[in-house]
Amino acid sequence: MTVADYSREPRILAESYDSPLAERLKTLWETKPGIIGWLSTVDHKEIGIRYIVTSFAFLVLGGIEALIVRLQLAQPEQSVVTPTQYNELFSMHGVTMIFLYALPVLSGFSNYLWPLILGSRDMALPRLNAFSYWTFLFSGLFLYAGFAIGAGPNDGWFNYVPYALKPFNPGPSQDFYALGFIFFGLSVTAGGINFMVTALRTRAPGMSINRFPMMIWGTLTANAGNLLAVPSVSLAFFMLWTDRQFGTHFFNVEAGGQPLLWQHLFWMFGHPWVYAIVLPAMSIVSDGLPVFCRRPLVGHTAVALATVITMIIGFGVWVHHMFATGLPNLAMSFFNAASFVIVIPSAVSVFAWVATIWTGRFIYATASLFFVSFIWLFVIGGVSGFLTGSVPVDWQVTDTYFVVGHIHYVLIGINVFPVVGGLYLWFPKMTGRMLNERLGRWNFWTMFLGFNLGFFPMHISGLMGMPRRVYTYPDGLGWNTVNLVTTIGAFIFAIGVLLLVINVLVSRKHGRIAGPNPWDASNLEWSTPSPPPPYNFVVLPTVASRHPLWEDRLNETEGRSTIHEGAVLDHGKETLGVSPLDAIPDAILKMPHDSIMPLCLSLSLMVLFVGLLLKTGWLIGLALLAGCIFSLIWLWPRVSQGQRREPAT
Amino acid sequence: MTDLSLEERQLLVGSMGQRSTGWWAVLFIILTEAAIFAFLQFSYYYIAVQQTLGTWPPPGGKAELTLSLPNTIILLLSSVAAWWGEHSIKRGNRLMLSVGLAVALVLGCVFAVIQGFEWSNKHFTYATHTYGSLYYVITGFHMAHLIVGLVALAAMLVWSLLGYFNAVRHTAISTGALYWHFVDAVWLTIFFTLYIMPYLR
Repeated sequence: MTVADYSREPRILAESYDSPLAERLKTLWETKPGIIGWLSTVDHKEIGIRYIVTSFAFLVLGGIEALIVRLQLAQPEQSVVTPTQYNELFSMHGVTMIFLYALPVLSGFSNYLWPLILGSRDMALPRLNAFSYWTFLFSGLFLYAGFAIGAGPNDGWFNYVPYALKPFNPGPSQDFYALGFIFFGLSVTAGGINFMVTALRTRAPGMSINRFPMMIWGTLTANAGNLLAVPSVSLAFFMLWTDRQFGTHFFNVEAGGQPLLWQHLFWMFGHPWVYAIVLPAMSIVSDGLPVFCRRPLVGHTAVALATVITMIIGFGVWVHHMFATGLPNLAMSFFNAASFVIVIPSAVSVFAWVATIWTGRFIYATASLFFVSFIWLFVIGGVSGFLTGSVPVDWQVTDTYFVVGHIHYVLIGINVFPVVGGLYLWFPKMTGRMLNERLGRWNFWTMFLGFNLGFFPMHISGLMGMPRRVYTYPDGLGWNTVNLVTTIGAFIFAIGVLLLVINVLVSRKHGRIAGPNPWDASNLEWSTPSPPPPYNFVVLPTVASRHPLWEDRLNETEGRSTIHEGAVLDHGKETLGVSPLDAIPDAILKMPHDSIMPLCLSLSLMVLFVGLLLKTGWLIGLALLAGCIFSLIWLWPRVSQGQRREPAT
Repeated sequence: MTDLSLEERQLLVGSMGQRSTGWWAVLFIILTEAAIFAFLQFSYYYIAVQQTLGTWPPPGGKAELTLSLPNTIILLLSSVAAWWGEHSIKRGNRLMLSVGLAVALVLGCVFAVIQGFEWSNKHFTYATHTYGSLYYVITGFHMAHLIVGLVALAAMLVWSLLGYFNAVRHTAISTGALYWHFVDAVWLTIFFTLYIMPYLR
């Protein structure tokens, strides 16, 4: 038997989305109806939407926590909640927004869009995709289970020792957080692996690395960073858990441990993480803004390089979170300088966006307003970040509301605003209907004004010396007005988010029908029907430029992408495998069918973590055994997948 | 454009070695797992240089080479056996694949047992001092990865004995062997940190 027996020449045809071929592909790729089908689906579009919906649910929960915190701080000497509840509320707010909302929502967009943008039929590892979603959901529920029984994280999201250690924190709060985070980290890791392999292997022929849309660059960079950074904090949480439960001495000074080890491990993860939750959002703008400027992004290559360079430098700035811990001057100077250098790639992107608007024909739409306002907020958040990145300023403002103001400008400004803009842009693709533009304007202005009213005064209260995380404050320090304004702004911002939710719920059923390309955009996802069929592309396209749908207009390249003619691939679920850099097709990949195993494996992890929390041996053993069996079923080589030799006939 | 055209182009179908998505997935699993071991050893060196409570490693902590050096060689031989198995199936030799996997599995188990003796010989526990915590957590993390590797080798052996593979279809072997080589390679870094470094001071 030779290799030739295992190869095939794909048929090349021009086909439309209402042909018999399309019908056949639909039956091949469609998820079975019913609850088992729903739980087994590996369709990236379904998983992407679940990611977005779930992370928005967490956003709402985290938002409610923030509003309670703001009520407590609206006036001096209040006691809306108890100090213990307050600690858990602000900690859970941080954990929810930074972990359970900010990355998963971007994973949702990328999961939904990547195969469509790349010209493929699914993510490279569809079952791993389902697994990463279920694990995200269950880890979120695990963390919230602790919160619900009054044992949520209570030491802020970065959870410094020694306060997190057993003698100071005897309840189960920290065990929920430590184990819950490790659990969540598994989801991020699984998702990260999937994005990496997808970007390298499953694309349309011709979608070479220099033609990647920004959505690919941003998410790819973020996930490469995550794969290297998440182990650091997972390890730190593991050490914290063993210090608490088994008497190890990683952070205990008396036995030779080092509390600062926690801070190093946390921020070696924490700073790259900040970029992981903003770079994909920035790339939403890099891809979305040009649609509303009617021209390609200025400096495509420069922005792509800036994205990657930001992440690389991002691994070398973590100590600027630790300037107040008494480190040597040499270390502080180095990390101060590195933090300044990182401004350069950020500025490259900002100038590219401004130049795109400047030289383009700007079109007012809710999405474009969100994108433009993002640039404004990014500049404010960047400037305050530049300030806190310098040692002398940081010594003045560290642990004050100035830092709280900075982090919210960065995370809401650079994550939430692009995400909402992205939703206005891609909602038509996902549902086939437009979001209401009129309600959208109300949505935008309420969010934009509420946000600035709420969060800009935080810089002022910080400069006036108000420490972050205080339960309350006495009258007569001059902090009353700024705090009241902050609270009012936060509530207006929340109303803005509520308008978005209403818009989504109403437009889903009653919005204007969108058609394949309502914005006349340039990327490949807009060549499919809205919503796209389960198999994405009836024939696999070939890409000849960065802007497949604008080629005739731009006339930049000689060749033309072929979108309605291409490889058929209908011998089961199949897609093309390509070479990593040039996207030369080199294999027909067999894609897995729907499977309940990802859910089962994820559930066995849930049992494992409950077992670890309760320190119950038999439960841990049971979960490990079940996980082992489910993994073997998952990985068992199958003839239909081309993983084992065909039996002799 | 010519090199992109699918006209007249024979494409390999299904899962084939480095063309399969599974092989790439394992590559990135290795990347992120390697990061865990890097951070573990960062923690070790950080604690070592920040030490204020006397010598490092603490008295009685200096690791002996009596068991660990031969054991390291056993683990490396196990990797060689796994490589030999993969090498054989690439030439279609199913028998030698099974032999290679079986030898790799047995040597891996021997390593685990000897490592158990190594642990029981220690005069400190993970709760004695920070060195003890680091020693047991680092070697324990490795043991956990080793066990995953042994389960994978066992599964690969069963599949091999069932006659699942031939010269073309053996991606499970390539990916499993790749992971096993990682488990062995990362041990070398741990061996250097815990067993060799203290002698170089």
